[in-house]
Amino acid sequence: MGILTIVTFLPLLGVLVILIANRGDKESENSIKWIALGTSIVTFIVSLIVLGNFDKGVSGLQMVEKANWIPSWGIHYYLGIDGLSILMLLLTTFISMVSIAASWTAIQHQIKQYYIFMLLMEVGMSGVFLAQDLFLFYVFWEFTLIPMYFLIGIWGGKERIYASIKFFLYTMAGSLLMLLAILYMGITNETFALPELIEGRAAFADAQNILFLGFAIAFAIKVPVFPFHSWLPDAHTQAPTAGSIILAGVLLKMGTYGFVRFNLPLFPEASIHYAPAIAVLAIIGIIYGALVSLPQKDVKKLVAYSSVSHLGFVMLGIFSLNEAGIQGGILQGVNHGLSTGALFFLVGVLYEQRHTRLFSEYGGVWKAMPVFSVLALIVTLSSMGLPGLNGFVGEFTILLGSMGSPALGPHPWIYTAFATTGVILAAVYLLWMFQRVFMGPLDNPKNKALKDINTRELVIMLSFLFFIIWIGVAPSGFFGLMDSSVAHLVSSVGTAVVAGH
Amino acid sequence: MTEQTLQLLTWLIPAMPLLSFFLIMLFTKHNKTLSWLLAWAAIIASWVMGWIVAFDMFGRDVDHLAEHPTAIHSAVDWLPFGDYAKGLWLQMGVAVDPLTAVMLFAIPFIIAMIMIYSVGYHNYGQPEGQVRGVPNHGQEEPLLSRFFAFMSLFAGGMLTLVVADNLLLLFVGWEIMGFCSYALIGFWYARNYDDPKKITPRKAGIKAFITTRIADVVMLLGIVYFYSVFGTLNFSEALSAHGLEAAATAVGPAMLGVMALLLFTGTVGKSAQFPLHVWLPDAMEGPTPVSAVIHAAAMVSAGVYMIVRIFPLIAVGMEGNPNVGLIIGGIGAFTAFMAATIAVAQNDVKGVLAYSTISQLGYMVAAIGIGAYVAAAFHLITHAFFKALLFLGSGSIIHGMEHGAGHVHDHHTDPQDMRNMGGLAKKMPKTFWTFVIGGFALSGFPILTAGFWSKDEILADAFFQSSHGDAFAGVVFWTLAIAALLTAFYTMRQISLTFLGEPRTPLAEHAHESNNYMTIPLILLSIFAVAAGWAGIPEEFPILGPMVNNNFFHHYVGATIEHSLSELEHAGLLAHGLETLPFNWFPLATSLVVALGGLFLGWWVYGRKPLKSGERDPLIAPLGPLHQFLQNKWYWDELYQAVFINPTIYFSEVIVYEIMDKGLIDGTLHLIARTFYTIGGYVKTFEQRVISDGVDWLKDQFLAMTKEFRQLQTGRIQEYTLVSMLIAVALAVVVLAINYGWFNQLFTIIP
Repeated sequence: MGILTIVTFLPLLGVLVILIANRGDKESENSIKWIALGTSIVTFIVSLIVLGNFDKGVSGLQMVEKANWIPSWGIHYYLGIDGLSILMLLLTTFISMVSIAASWTAIQHQIKQYYIFMLLMEVGMSGVFLAQDLFLFYVFWEFTLIPMYFLIGIWGGKERIYASIKFFLYTMAGSLLMLLAILYMGITNETFALPELIEGRAAFADAQNILFLGFAIAFAIKVPVFPFHSWLPDAHTQAPTAGSIILAGVLLKMGTYGFVRFNLPLFPEASIHYAPAIAVLAIIGIIYGALVSLPQKDVKKLVAYSSVSHLGFVMLGIFSLNEAGIQGGILQGVNHGLSTGALFFLVGVLYEQRHTRLFSEYGGVWKAMPVFSVLALIVTLSSMGLPGLNGFVGEFTILLGSMGSPALGPHPWIYTAFATTGVILAAVYLLWMFQRVFMGPLDNPKNKALKDINTRELVIMLSFLFFIIWIGVAPSGFFGLMDSSVAHLVSSVGTAVVAGH
Repeated sequence: MTEQTLQLLTWLIPAMPLLSFFLIMLFTKHNKTLSWLLAWAAIIASWVMGWIVAFDMFGRDVDHLAEHPTAIHSAVDWLPFGDYAKGLWLQMGVAVDPLTAVMLFAIPFIIAMIMIYSVGYHNYGQPEGQVRGVPNHGQEEPLLSRFFAFMSLFAGGMLTLVVADNLLLLFVGWEIMGFCSYALIGFWYARNYDDPKKITPRKAGIKAFITTRIADVVMLLGIVYFYSVFGTLNFSEALSAHGLEAAATAVGPAMLGVMALLLFTGTVGKSAQFPLHVWLPDAMEGPTPVSAVIHAAAMVSAGVYMIVRIFPLIAVGMEGNPNVGLIIGGIGAFTAFMAATIAVAQNDVKGVLAYSTISQLGYMVAAIGIGAYVAAAFHLITHAFFKALLFLGSGSIIHGMEHGAGHVHDHHTDPQDMRNMGGLAKKMPKTFWTFVIGGFALSGFPILTAGFWSKDEILADAFFQSSHGDAFAGVVFWTLAIAALLTAFYTMRQISLTFLGEPRTPLAEHAHESNNYMTIPLILLSIFAVAAGWAGIPEEFPILGPMVNNNFFHHYVGATIEHSLSELEHAGLLAHGLETLPFNWFPLATSLVVALGGLFLGWWVYGRKPLKSGERDPLIAPLGPLHQFLQNKWYWDELYQAVFINPTIYFSEVIVYEIMDKGLIDGTLHLIARTFYTIGGYVKTFEQRVISDGVDWLKDQFLAMTKEFRQLQTGRIQEYTLVSMLIAVALAVVVLAINYGWFNQLFTIIP
């Protein structure tokens, strides 16, 4: 058994232990939490071992595990990792660990099921980022829907049912088109293994525009790209805190990862063909998401809509189709996971104490919770893209990428210029949010009883901030991890197009 | 001193305050004394190191520096660009050239003075104030540690910007300051006013941050464009004659002008130039030392410093596209004039200074617009000294007035309103004399003060160009001259209203001199407000020129770009290199007339017969509605509210959110859902009637299995089965389609 299998399925072991340990009393509830947390920590450590064994000089897949699964259909159990997925795997194990810790006191009922779903979620997400066989990928991809559906539907807010159904049906509908495309490619090439499909692209090159769209719609819903975003605010807002952290931190990245992993290498000509259109949607998303964030009356909904805006940046970077853009896009995905994940956590901390998320209920929280407020300020600034913190590095490289992108037509700077307006609006809605919650006089008597964050919450926040600052100050190591894979991807997209002409 | 030591010192200059920020935030924030001592230690260390580096640089041979301006340089790899393996890195580093050296002479010293002053300003040693987030008059500031932490961060940001060797690191410092200004302007975050129209500190902070950020984002665009054209962000590489020639060949000088304008937009925001000047007056809501650091030593200077830094680019851009010079010079001159007129009608002691700052920055920007590089840098330095002095002086006045307010238990009279002052010269002699020195420097009082020499140089440059056929420079010259007259006038008005005559309120009656923490920095700064100008006396100025150091400043700072400008001239990208102007009596006479004339007029209107209690401002009657217009700051705020802010809010709330998002997009989704639901209803009826009990039995089994989630899922199981069915059908269709080759037919139709 290879290390990638271990890192993927280790959480299942935790599920098993939880089932055994459960006796249904108070004491075993506590031990369930510890088992879940312990499992996710060990998984994180294993993913660090993966990182230790990772050779950043290699552009192709590493630590490959390949076995036949359904040989007659050309379906394999095929795991592998490269520069495109290493950061995603680390993000997954990190976010899973943090969100389990974040659920400690927030989840009060059906504890067993909750933590089982959290661990299952982790299996699905790791699998999505490691699978190199399209069928296997699809299985993991769809599998992630189920735990999330229940996490929202059972432990969510007031409109959880509506939100969970909307989330499930919407993303499922998108996935079906992808399934059609996968089946078509698999049948024409008699294999579902990604590297072989890339080799045998010629077999489905005629249909690549439509296949590209099949994948693109599935991924665009997940990202979400405007106008496919409307499931997101509901799902994010209604999900329990940990669910929102996972949604923002990892699930959305499955969409952007899908574009990089599948759309670009499988359909390079189509990618170039559609790049301007997708970049336009990305820019609409950046501005649109920012504008819609402005009038929100619910803190969590504001953060949710801001994701639409931030993910627009990621998409713009990816479809610049050059190294700076794609690297910036991937890194910005990580950054968004950290910053927005942390913001959702902060909202969760407030919600746990006050059971409301309306701006009108807050104000002057800084006085009651000084430590919490300072941490919140740093996270807000990171989300705004202040230099010295992570968001800036990603935004800057994406802007560089888009400015120098031939794929975006003769005047790529137009895209860059529009994208920058989103940066301005981000400052507006985030600072306004911070002001309405944290500043001003503490005049709501209910807020006077707010307690500052406890040690557990502080540790969670510091672990977010650790990476937020690290990426902001010294990003080169993160770029180093993905560089050779991205370079290879860019050159293969480039040569495919040259060959095609 | 070895190169390595100097490099190390240059790194440490910004590092010290940054370190003190972290130390205070992490460890000492519960101990106020230790916190401010740390902040002091850090900034004084930066000051000392800054002077060591600066004096080492001053001692170097000017001709040698002209050949190699970047005398101290050290950089580390930061971000891989292009190909990681090939080692193309974006480097982060520090560099010192003559321009940096003079900045290092002025900036850390001024910030150190402000830090020392702040301890007194926040009443260190008095009983601690009990309310957080509002000013506690006469009591020790409860958030003193936080104040010094942010001030340290601010200083760190500014010093980073000064020593940065590339545009990106400069931008990092730039944005750190933007954030600190937000945090410090909104320092009294819980303060509310009875008058709902008066902006609260927290809103002023946001206004400052967002207004400057609008500009910063455009600047960021300029940085990205800069990189894509030059392939580097390093100043000495990109802005060398070689780099600029290559760039001009690649995109043409006119596009370099566009790039210069993009970057210049950053200055418009940071240095509060029209049309983005509106944030600066409201930034006065911060504690006065913050105003001093924002409006004198750091933030606003940063904007001008940046355009001075990239001057070779601007020069080439102006040559390639004359509109660039027109825009920069026009904005500067207009701002200088407009802000000066507003300052005439302000009653807040800090408000006058705020508009005076905007106006003076306009001078520097206008100087850049007409190509007067050295003059802009010179005025930047002298202004930093005397404006810091004036702000700290006004803080001392307010402090004295607040003492009076505490004494008579009057907390409704505004201690910042000059109409409530009067006669403070006797109560606060040290503040008075230093304020007069600062005010005279601002007015450009001849020969003695620094402001005279630097302002004179700008006017001389403008005159020189206009006498060589540049009509625009003539307009700039006269606009700036009128603004200088107004400057002297409002300064004298301020001095008269504040210090002369008899106290007009009990507050002023009981005001008293501030403590030594505050007065000593005032005295030290006033020395430089006078002496800093002597470094730049033109050689040909009668008697004084040859006697004092032969225009050291001009030659020394000029050495930064002299070489590359002359090469660019040879390459045909510039009409002329850096010039030393011939002496001319006309601009000198103008300087003398406007400065002395303005001071005299101010004294005639306000000083001769000082205002009595209850008397109206003598300007109100003759100016009539114009005074109202000036007092309301030309109504810019109201205009922006109506034209930009309200429409944006309406657009985002009603059109985008309500109509687009909830109406159109979600509406479509719900329509689809409802359609399917209706179809599903028919299918269900069909199923119930047609399919027999056998299926029902299966369904019951399935329901039993999912009992666990039943309470939540009531009524949803059908939808589940519906989805599963859909998947199954879709799968079947695909398999069939592939088997019968339908896909291939489909794709031959769709290209």
